[in-house]
Amino acid sequence: MAFYVVQFLTGLASAASLFLVASGLSIIFGVTRIVNFAHGAFYMLGAYVAFTLTARFSGALGFWGGILAAALIVAAVGVLVEMLLLRRIYHVPELFQLLATFGLTLMVEDLVVLGWGPNDLVGPRAAGLKGAIDFFGQQIPSYDLFLIVLGPLVLGLLWLVFQRTRWGVLVRAATQDRDMVAALGVNQKWLFTSVFALGVFLAALAGALQIPRDAVTHEMDLRVIVDVFVVVVIGGLGSITGAFVAAVLVSELNAFGILIFPKISIILVFLVMAAVLIVRPWGLLGRAEAPVRRTPGLTVNPWRPLTSRERIAVAIAFLLAASLPFYAGNYALAVGAEIAIFVIFAASLHFLMSTGGLASFGHAAYFGLGAYGTAFAVKLAGLPMAAALVAGPLFGLLGAVVFGFFAVQLSGVYFAMLTLAFAQIVWSVAFQWVGLTGGDNGILGVWPERWAASAPHFFWLSLAVAVLAVAGLRIATFSPFGFALRATRDSPLRAEAIGINGKRIQWSAFLIAGTVAGIGGALFAYLKGSVFPDVLGIPLSVDALVMVLLGGVETVSGAIVGAIVYKALSIWLVSQTEWSKLVLGAFIVLIVVAFPKGIVGTLDSLWHRRPSSLKDAMLASKIETAE
Amino acid sequence: MSSQPLLSVEGLSKSYGGVHAVRGVSFALSSGEILALIGPNGAGKSTCFNMLNGQTAPDGGRVRVLGQDTTGLKPREVWRLGVGRTFQITATFPTMTVRENVQVALSSHDRKLFNLIAAMPRYARQEAERLLDLVGMGGFAMRACGELAYGDLKRLELAMALANRPKLLLMDEPTAGMAPRERVELMRLTAQIAREKSIGVLFTEHDMDVVFEHADRILVLNRGNLIAEGSPEEVRRNGEVRAIYLGEGLVYDARHREGAAP
Repeated sequence: MAFYVVQFLTGLASAASLFLVASGLSIIFGVTRIVNFAHGAFYMLGAYVAFTLTARFSGALGFWGGILAAALIVAAVGVLVEMLLLRRIYHVPELFQLLATFGLTLMVEDLVVLGWGPNDLVGPRAAGLKGAIDFFGQQIPSYDLFLIVLGPLVLGLLWLVFQRTRWGVLVRAATQDRDMVAALGVNQKWLFTSVFALGVFLAALAGALQIPRDAVTHEMDLRVIVDVFVVVVIGGLGSITGAFVAAVLVSELNAFGILIFPKISIILVFLVMAAVLIVRPWGLLGRAEAPVRRTPGLTVNPWRPLTSRERIAVAIAFLLAASLPFYAGNYALAVGAEIAIFVIFAASLHFLMSTGGLASFGHAAYFGLGAYGTAFAVKLAGLPMAAALVAGPLFGLLGAVVFGFFAVQLSGVYFAMLTLAFAQIVWSVAFQWVGLTGGDNGILGVWPERWAASAPHFFWLSLAVAVLAVAGLRIATFSPFGFALRATRDSPLRAEAIGINGKRIQWSAFLIAGTVAGIGGALFAYLKGSVFPDVLGIPLSVDALVMVLLGGVETVSGAIVGAIVYKALSIWLVSQTEWSKLVLGAFIVLIVVAFPKGIVGTLDSLWHRRPSSLKDAMLASKIETAE
Repeated sequence: MSSQPLLSVEGLSKSYGGVHAVRGVSFALSSGEILALIGPNGAGKSTCFNMLNGQTAPDGGRVRVLGQDTTGLKPREVWRLGVGRTFQITATFPTMTVRENVQVALSSHDRKLFNLIAAMPRYARQEAERLLDLVGMGGFAMRACGELAYGDLKRLELAMALANRPKLLLMDEPTAGMAPRERVELMRLTAQIAREKSIGVLFTEHDMDVVFEHADRILVLNRGNLIAEGSPEEVRRNGEVRAIYLGEGLVYDARHREGAAP
């Protein structure tokens, strides 16, 4: 019995830091409508700065002062980020905001390695709370008890600030109606900055408070952000009390899940999240929001199928690519096959994002499921290669059936958070279920059969599949289905009013995208000859997002160009610099701020250069009035 | 009037919190009839409208379309029964061409939404162009919908609403935000189409010229209650309706005005 009580208390202690980060995210979202992906990065930064400060200044004052100072320093960094970056992107579509803050996360990951080194750091124990309390033979660290008290304390303080201070009233007003607050003469810029500072302060404080419990690592940002996304999806984004309730719920599920399903404890959290989403799609304490005013897209040029001249150009490009084996060596062919595979992967996400308006932040899940499915088919079922290439993508389809069903119930940032959480769950299962997946050691020996084994043959296979996949997706885009999908994206209200079942259309699109991604994953397993949990990881999901963005999210097939350029660039970059994440992150931020239309989109608008600036302005105002 | 009305509404009610937006509204509409629903701001017109096509679930009452109970059905299911609708604030697909907007509605009507192979630009092209010609938008077929003027968007909405060969058209303030001449043109067009195809039309409107020129019958809603119903002439003479629209004349009557007394 005592053991369960202790387990319960450990869960409560973990809930405290989860709550701090989640409430910060919620507060920032409420006012600025930005889901700050970099929140995990600020949490991590808080931990690193606190590590340095508490190591330098000893004693109780040094420890507690160091933690507080760390949170304040990171909050100041947050203010800088808000003023330099976020102020430029408040008006852009939410997808770009998510990506920009993600780019920031990548940069911070490399920056902490630059500053503190790659090794895990173990912080000092809390001054004054080093001991443990004996509870019927079980030890409870007194620091845990402190954290258990801290959570409700912060909740109460936040409540007081929002109910009793003028600033809090303004924040609540801005959460309900930003435009009205601005019309009343409140300086929005500083309100946003101060809100962002508070949110970052809470995240950094949570990070700093973790150092006596956990090692400080440069991977803690993604770990916490996924948990936090799950918490805000369950609790309701924008609700601080909801964040508290959900943080406790998730932490307890984690604490007890370990006892019930030691290998795949994360499944329990997933089941609860799914149940909450079915009953209350906006979270336990969240409110269903009126459809947020849609940010008009960047361009309004209707898509059209290729002209015959463009078809010829595409055919020539294809012939050039197909002739690669006649003059390139094996390494170049392997790179070429990898690029072709990533074209498949990026095109599948692009279909979902640009035609469907559904920005999945966890698309690697379906790519990875395709890869694992293929490996299982080869290793467990002993299927021949052709059959395994079909069986693999079916795993991607299966994952998309289950996760897509829940994901399409939500839209916008909720959709992004949920897809990310699902992908992380699949990754955790692959990582933890060592008996089936080999865990971190992966599954080895998935080699192509003789007919596809040589480098030229495998390249041709990948190229052919890529061409088929891209052509198929293009046909689907211009089919009645593709138009129904775009109709649902453009105006859910009108789509419903002309008989379109938007959720079913979106779910079907999710299945298509998941299956095509799975095809890419199946080929990838054969290309590498092995499958590791990395193929399900967040970095791979982000790669796909960047490819789509780089190519141009508002184009029909920009992702192809994006995938080719990005993959070639990153292969080259990894060979050139150790700090590829830093460069990549900066690159993402740069695209979002400077070239949101992407390569193809920018070329396209240069091509159709009409007196565009005037026209765009007129369009924007027209869309504005039409809302 | 045929034995079975096209649309019949019985005791429709909806409250938001303590506000009774619509209270026990009942009326019927037959094929080919143009019925106007008028009333001051906040009378419950839009709420009433949204309940008719399933956008809002009523708290009480029944809606029947051609005898079939549609209460609790989703907008897309009501649409399948032959009910077209336009919105107070236009809702179209801005990233498509004008013709594609209509083609989407046509493909939905043909139940081809899950067709992954057909080429949409060629889909039911003649029918789409016929509908656009009908509303006078034939010359705009290849224009991007996102760059249309507001009046043209309203006409496009009408073409989309006609795509499923509706028996009933619900038009929520069809001329709001349009220039006076455009208003008259659009309503004349709607009335003409309705009479030719014997479509029943229910519309809400603030422009009384439009209402009195085209409506066969008028319903007047105030504070959620149906207070008058009848021909334009009857409604024009109704004292209660005048009181609502012009005020009761008790406060600002000349006799009450200070200094007006001799």
